[in-house]
Amino acid sequence: MKFDSPATTNPIDQLNVVGKPLDRIDGPLKVSGRATYAYEWHDPAIKPAYGVIIHATIPKGRIRRMDASAASRAPGVLTVVTPESLPKLIGKLEKGKFNTATLMGGPEIDHYHQAIGLVVATSFEAARAAANLVTIEYEEKPGNFALDKLIDAAGLPKDGEPDSGVGDFEAAFAQAPVTLDQRYKTPDHSHAMMEPHATLAVWDADGLTVWTSNQMVAWGRSDLAKTLNLPEEKVHLMSPFVGGGFGGKLFLRADVVMAALGAKATGQPVKVALARPMLMNNTTHRPATLQRIRIGATREGKITAIGHESWSGDLPGGGPELAVQQTRLLYAGENRMTRTRLAVLDLPEGNAMRAPGEAPGLMALEIAIDEMAEKLGMDPIAFRILNDTQVDPEKPERPFSQRAFAEVFRIGAERFGWDKRQARPGQLRDGRFLIGHGVAAAFRNNMVTKSGARVRLGKDGIVTVETDMTDIGTGSYTILAQTAAEMMGLPIERVAVHLGDSRFPVSAGSGGQWGANNSTAGVYAACVKLREAVAKRLGINAADVSFANGEVRSGGRALSLTEAAKDGELVAEDSIEYGDLDKTHQQSTFGAHFIEVGVDAATAEVRIRRMLAVCAAGRILNPKTARSQVIGAMTMGAGAALMEELAVDTRRGFFVNHDLATYEVPVHADIPHQEVIFLDETDPMSSPMKAKGVGELGLCGVAAAIANAVYNATGVRVRDYPVTLDKLIDRLPDVA
Amino acid sequence: MKPFTYERAKSPAEAASRAAAVNNARFIAGGTNLLDLMKLEIETPAHLIDVNGLGLDTIEPTEAGGLRIGALVRNTDLAADPRVRRDYAVLSRALLAGASGQLRNKATTAGNLLQRTRCPYFYDPAQPCNKRQPGSGCSAIGGFSRQLGVIGVSEACIATHPSDMAVAMRALDAAVETVKPDGQTRTIPIADFHRLPEDRPEIDTTLDHGEFITAVTLPPPVGGQQVYRKVRDRASYAFAIVSVAAIVQPDGTGRVALGGVAHKPWRVEKAEAELPRGAKATTAALLDGAKPTEENAFKLTLVERTLSAVLMDARG
Ligand SMILES: Cc1cc2nc3c(=O)[nH]c(=O)nc-3n(C[C@H](O)[C@H](O)[C@H](O)COP(=O)(O)OP(=O)(O)OC[C@H]3O[C@@H](n4cnc5c(N)ncnc54)[C@H](O)[C@@H]3O)c2cc1C
Ligand code: SF4
Repeated sequence: MKFDSPATTNPIDQLNVVGKPLDRIDGPLKVSGRATYAYEWHDPAIKPAYGVIIHATIPKGRIRRMDASAASRAPGVLTVVTPESLPKLIGKLEKGKFNTATLMGGPEIDHYHQAIGLVVATSFEAARAAANLVTIEYEEKPGNFALDKLIDAAGLPKDGEPDSGVGDFEAAFAQAPVTLDQRYKTPDHSHAMMEPHATLAVWDADGLTVWTSNQMVAWGRSDLAKTLNLPEEKVHLMSPFVGGGFGGKLFLRADVVMAALGAKATGQPVKVALARPMLMNNTTHRPATLQRIRIGATREGKITAIGHESWSGDLPGGGPELAVQQTRLLYAGENRMTRTRLAVLDLPEGNAMRAPGEAPGLMALEIAIDEMAEKLGMDPIAFRILNDTQVDPEKPERPFSQRAFAEVFRIGAERFGWDKRQARPGQLRDGRFLIGHGVAAAFRNNMVTKSGARVRLGKDGIVTVETDMTDIGTGSYTILAQTAAEMMGLPIERVAVHLGDSRFPVSAGSGGQWGANNSTAGVYAACVKLREAVAKRLGINAADVSFANGEVRSGGRALSLTEAAKDGELVAEDSIEYGDLDKTHQQSTFGAHFIEVGVDAATAEVRIRRMLAVCAAGRILNPKTARSQVIGAMTMGAGAALMEELAVDTRRGFFVNHDLATYEVPVHADIPHQEVIFLDETDPMSSPMKAKGVGELGLCGVAAAIANAVYNATGVRVRDYPVTLDKLIDRLPDVA
Repeated sequence: MKPFTYERAKSPAEAASRAAAVNNARFIAGGTNLLDLMKLEIETPAHLIDVNGLGLDTIEPTEAGGLRIGALVRNTDLAADPRVRRDYAVLSRALLAGASGQLRNKATTAGNLLQRTRCPYFYDPAQPCNKRQPGSGCSAIGGFSRQLGVIGVSEACIATHPSDMAVAMRALDAAVETVKPDGQTRTIPIADFHRLPEDRPEIDTTLDHGEFITAVTLPPPVGGQQVYRKVRDRASYAFAIVSVAAIVQPDGTGRVALGGVAHKPWRVEKAEAELPRGAKATTAALLDGAKPTEENAFKLTLVERTLSAVLMDARG
């Protein structure tokens, strides 16, 4: 189905099932331990051996000698895969399209904890013990590990638009009566999802099957085929349940490749999970950024010049963190400039993490806006609304499809009690806490991409959805079931959903908050076909048919839907494909985050007291799962604001705090009452579902709102995340 | 984890003698620290002596009017004991500020005292660390040291002792009762129990080889306002950046011990004379001779400010 003109009224608008806050249909499986996550794939026919990865312990250089003889002789060991054993085993390993460094290194080492081998044994314990018996001599090479030393050496990234500009930024900035010129820092972040990367690999006559934990089944499959030099048809990838990904599982990772190699070498199924302390350096992370923001405005607060520059680093051949992209779209201003620069770093590979680009970009921009409002003597909400734009500021002929930017702030301000905020910092106190309030805009684009699905109407009257879409804890199972139920006029109990299997039609996958809108639209498209097939089978006119209460109605007739399949299952398959509505219109989602913090007047510990998010994100397909997405994202934003930072050892070239004891993420005690309001909105430009995404919107801006609240509480402006007590303590008043 | 053999000890004395007799043996109590370290092969015992069945899990009054806490009393039970809550509130508060409910249910009194440092380089077997591998160097000096020690540090090691419980015990003048492999018993004042790193950071305490902890005793209650204040980036489930255990009497005198700053719970008795004069004077004396790194120099200010707040709290 081609979607190339705005949606009109369609069966989804009935909202009998879609739009309802239904419980997750996969909930009972998960709480009873029957959801088949990759490492727990309990197929009684499969007796797996266990693989434990051998990791490089230098950041850069080469292996001079690797001695696995003791490991090979250790009890229970079946084989040891080493770089030397590869040629005989599989030939040369290629690199996946989405990978920057090879997933198995050796003899060259690209980064700390890069996989360089695998021990396979009859038990996990035996494999782990033997992996420590492998001795390796390295030839270490010097590397670059400090981003701030590479500002001048950073160059243009090879893809994308490194520079953008409209008007004459420099001149307008120079002439503006009120200006801000500040630098901001965001650190490297780890996805730190609960389920580590894990894979069970099995080879048979048909090729390779992997049960893994991956957000993008089609990408994973094609990159696995490419890496192992196999035809794609020989690779079958299953990822029905994913215990969190946050972008860390968008791509093929070492667990899959190493499990496949181990299984090939032993001729038996092999399981591999990444050990928690290896995750931070072995896999990808959100790259640190250094950012410079310049804003010029009239005394009345109209922005006349806005410039945003960002520097980040990655391994050779990698890409930048696109921290300036929101600045091209969020605020008005005639003279504009952005620059993205990329340095070569020898730290582990940087890549997407939830709201890549916008998350760190807004961490800086939304402090800058707060600072600018203060310079202007304006309320930060009034300043934002004054500089609202209903069109793409670089291309005024391109309107936003929907932009309830001012509205989210107005609603939020009222609900939060923003009028009680003190404009001057350091004024409010509650017992030992200095109290502050902060606000920031949330902004994230809505991306449309082709997504396919197959639907079956069985003889039993059950509609089954099949798509390679994934559910990474987001609620995909549930919203896809709601979509099919709505389309086919069934209660949700009569819909079954099967996901995450590369034999199913290719979907949008889970990433970039594009999953919900596109994958449901794909199911919509397939259901339109199924409705036609049902009408045809029942011999009724497809034009005036309606599906409700398990019945198919046309004219005065009403037939049971089950009737249509009584002589055999009906199957329909289609994809949603998009025209150029996303080119003619800018599709984005908007939000406002309101925060109250308490800063301990003595210790400078920051504790959040209240969080409110107001989101305008098109139709909310399921308010319950959507709310879960947003409160989870707000929690992640709290982490980014207050504690999350991969500490770089710039001498030794690695992330030092590589476990969950030292890389702190928020715990329950850090998260206070969270409130989420969704605007009642539909966006007919986005898809027949009229929905957009919320999973990343909920994160965008949170950290800046917290940093702004800390400023409001203390008068101390921290521009270097995370906002930890050591950055505040010297500048607080004496303990009275 | 290296393969190991396992036995259940039948008495404290036997536990100690077996620990000396069997090569590379270690006691296991709650296992919450030891097992993690074994999985990473930071600890590689060849033999484990399980001491959980020794009945050392009661809290009894002593003749002197204090309490004797069995070595195997769980942190949860110790924190909840009514006598501890009433007479040694700083201990109860310190325990509850540590780890998580699940961990405290397993963690024992002796195990807590003997938990090893949380220096991140100690936890990465590929990095030089004098504590883990004597003579290999100290990665933390000049590296990521925000969490590490500021006083009593050496050129070999700047690690901290991570326990909350031990800081309160230091303020309470607890003592550690032990039995040695030859059956001899002794009592070690808590002040002498943990060591400074000096040039032997691999040795955390003054226990002899095979020496087994049977109990920790607390002297009779000293009264006063008892406060434990733990400062950390997140609100729970994190080790202290700094912590302050204080016992403050109505006349303004008292005791202070610090966590998160040194290789042992940090208390300087003569600094306590400054308490009536306030936090600034006390901190100056407590942290006299501090050698922080660039990354953790803020701890000096933090201690002073935290102590100020604690003294204000204690004085009501
Ligand atoms: C995630 C996490 C967070 C934590 N957070 C905190 C925190 O915030 N604050 C805090 O204080 N602690 C914290 N801890 C540490 C926790 O308190 C310790 O792990 C626990 O107290 C150790 O006790 P255990 O009985 O489990 O010791 P074990 O692991 O069984 O033993 C530890 C050591 O003590 C030795 N040992 C045990 N009993 C005896 C004995 N009777 N005589 C001689 N030697 C003995 C063992 O041989 C071993 O070397 C945390 C731990 C974890 C895992
Ligand atoms: S501070 Fe101590 S524990 Fe940490 S690396 Fe140095 S020697 Fe090892």
